[in-house]
Amino acid sequence: MKIAVCVKHVPEGHARIDPGSKRLDRSGEGALNHFDANAVEEALRLKGDGDGEVVVVSMGPEKAADSLRKALAMGADRAVLVSDPAAAGSDLIATSKVLAGALEREQADLVLFGQQAEDADGAVLWAAVAERLRRPVVSQAAEMVVSDGGVRVKRQTEFGYDVIEAPLPAVVAVSDAINEPRYPSLKGIMGAKKKPFEMLTLADVGVDVADAGEAGSKTEVLALGEPPSRGEARKIEGDANAAQAIVDFLAEKRLI
Amino acid sequence: MSILVFLEHHGSELQKGSLGVLAKAASLGDADAVIVGGGVSALAAEAGKYGAKKVHVADDGSLDPPLPQPRVDVIAKVVADGGYDTVLFANSVLAADIAAGLAARLDAGLNWDLVDLTSDFVGKRPALQDSVLVDVGWKSTPRVGLFRAGSFDADPKARSAGGEPQVESVGVELEEHSRAAKVVDQQLEEATGPSIEDAEIVVGGGRGLGAAENFSLAEDLARALGGAVGATRAVVDAGWYPYSAQIGQTGKMVSPKLYVALGISGAIQHKVGIQSSNVIVAINKDPNAPIFEFSDLGVVGDVHEIVPKLTELLKQRKGS
Repeated sequence: MKIAVCVKHVPEGHARIDPGSKRLDRSGEGALNHFDANAVEEALRLKGDGDGEVVVVSMGPEKAADSLRKALAMGADRAVLVSDPAAAGSDLIATSKVLAGALEREQADLVLFGQQAEDADGAVLWAAVAERLRRPVVSQAAEMVVSDGGVRVKRQTEFGYDVIEAPLPAVVAVSDAINEPRYPSLKGIMGAKKKPFEMLTLADVGVDVADAGEAGSKTEVLALGEPPSRGEARKIEGDANAAQAIVDFLAEKRLI
Repeated sequence: MSILVFLEHHGSELQKGSLGVLAKAASLGDADAVIVGGGVSALAAEAGKYGAKKVHVADDGSLDPPLPQPRVDVIAKVVADGGYDTVLFANSVLAADIAAGLAARLDAGLNWDLVDLTSDFVGKRPALQDSVLVDVGWKSTPRVGLFRAGSFDADPKARSAGGEPQVESVGVELEEHSRAAKVVDQQLEEATGPSIEDAEIVVGGGRGLGAAENFSLAEDLARALGGAVGATRAVVDAGWYPYSAQIGQTGKMVSPKLYVALGISGAIQHKVGIQSSNVIVAINKDPNAPIFEFSDLGVVGDVHEIVPKLTELLKQRKGS
């Protein structure tokens, strides 16, 4: 079985938006989006000792190679990075086109995603990619099993669990409750350097430059502003009068 | 200008969040709604109370399972036939997948995590842990928008334009890939007691309570306040409290007038579930807990000491 895992390289530490370009500042150090580590882990678990292949796929600046190498160090077999200046500033719809292009080349039996991007809080990309690939999609997978050419997923929802079955090829987005990602071993880190690593352009994945980056995006950031203040936050040290202070606060807010 | 709002239902009830989005859309212009499921025709009238002029209903047993892709097929057809330029959703596990699938199908822009929308279609989206408010727009139509839970009030009394909506039935041939996934089992965990999503006051308990039996502290306080009890994912995973009470990313989104966080650190996973609360009071013994960054009143102290006293004071107050 061939499993493709889509991963994102996200800014490390305190992310900021560049006021000029109104894009997320990606100039600093970055790291593998930690929700994607759950997807890599699940792919490695599903592959087990079998003769399948786990390929990690990303779109991003050249520096995103660091995150793909981390996935390789965890145990993935091969990495594909679509890195093209014309892809910078891609919104969801443009990104889904580029990733779908890269995934069409791979023809994996199973495509995995993590549950959200730490930087932009996006938690929807898989559904757009699945639509472009015309494959079934299941998100919020808290457990999954692959057998008989199909995948059985326990999906966590607001109301409980749905057990969903879909034939392969399929797209699944895993919840971060599904597993505890492993840490790369020293041997894994050394071995990662020798694993196949492909750098691709938009042309390589069959996407026109007009369909990617800002040109291919259908949404735009118009302005950045201050969030509405929550009012003056008060903080008190707990002492004998803390309970009374809370009651006074609630009374003042007319909540009791 | 015409807006279509997806109304999500669970059982025989339309979800409050999606009705709030409908009410908002109706305040901006002509708004219609779409309901998809099995045996859902009776729900259409309800949508009128929130301002829908027309309700498209796709009622078929095959649409009953809560899967996103058949809903993409239905909504794409309604958008094409009705010429809608904007399609709006209230965020949920199901709605997010429908919105993104629809955006790809229609090659439309999707803005998500919106908390507001102006009449000239500028969306407001808090970003980077809510430290910045971003104005976002669409460069083309149709526009697809996904709103954060609890963004709008769903109180029908607050809206004047209520009436009997025109109901139109939708028949759709589903795409092959939309028919591939099947729901083979459902384990619904219905909450007992007041629903945390509808409660005006919610008391949430986290790991700081120390043990499952200490949830009685949260329950006693909730009773004194007339509220409901919620829990973080960590304590649900630990088996201290039922999943139906879980608040956050993979649980319920709450938007009460008052949220009281007991022994909750305030991880982003939990924060997204409570950020629409009007007032947040947090008690935590760790002065550096992230919860204090978005609390209106933060109390650094021991929940085991403070909460029983607080409950007692509230009871006395009620009694007097």
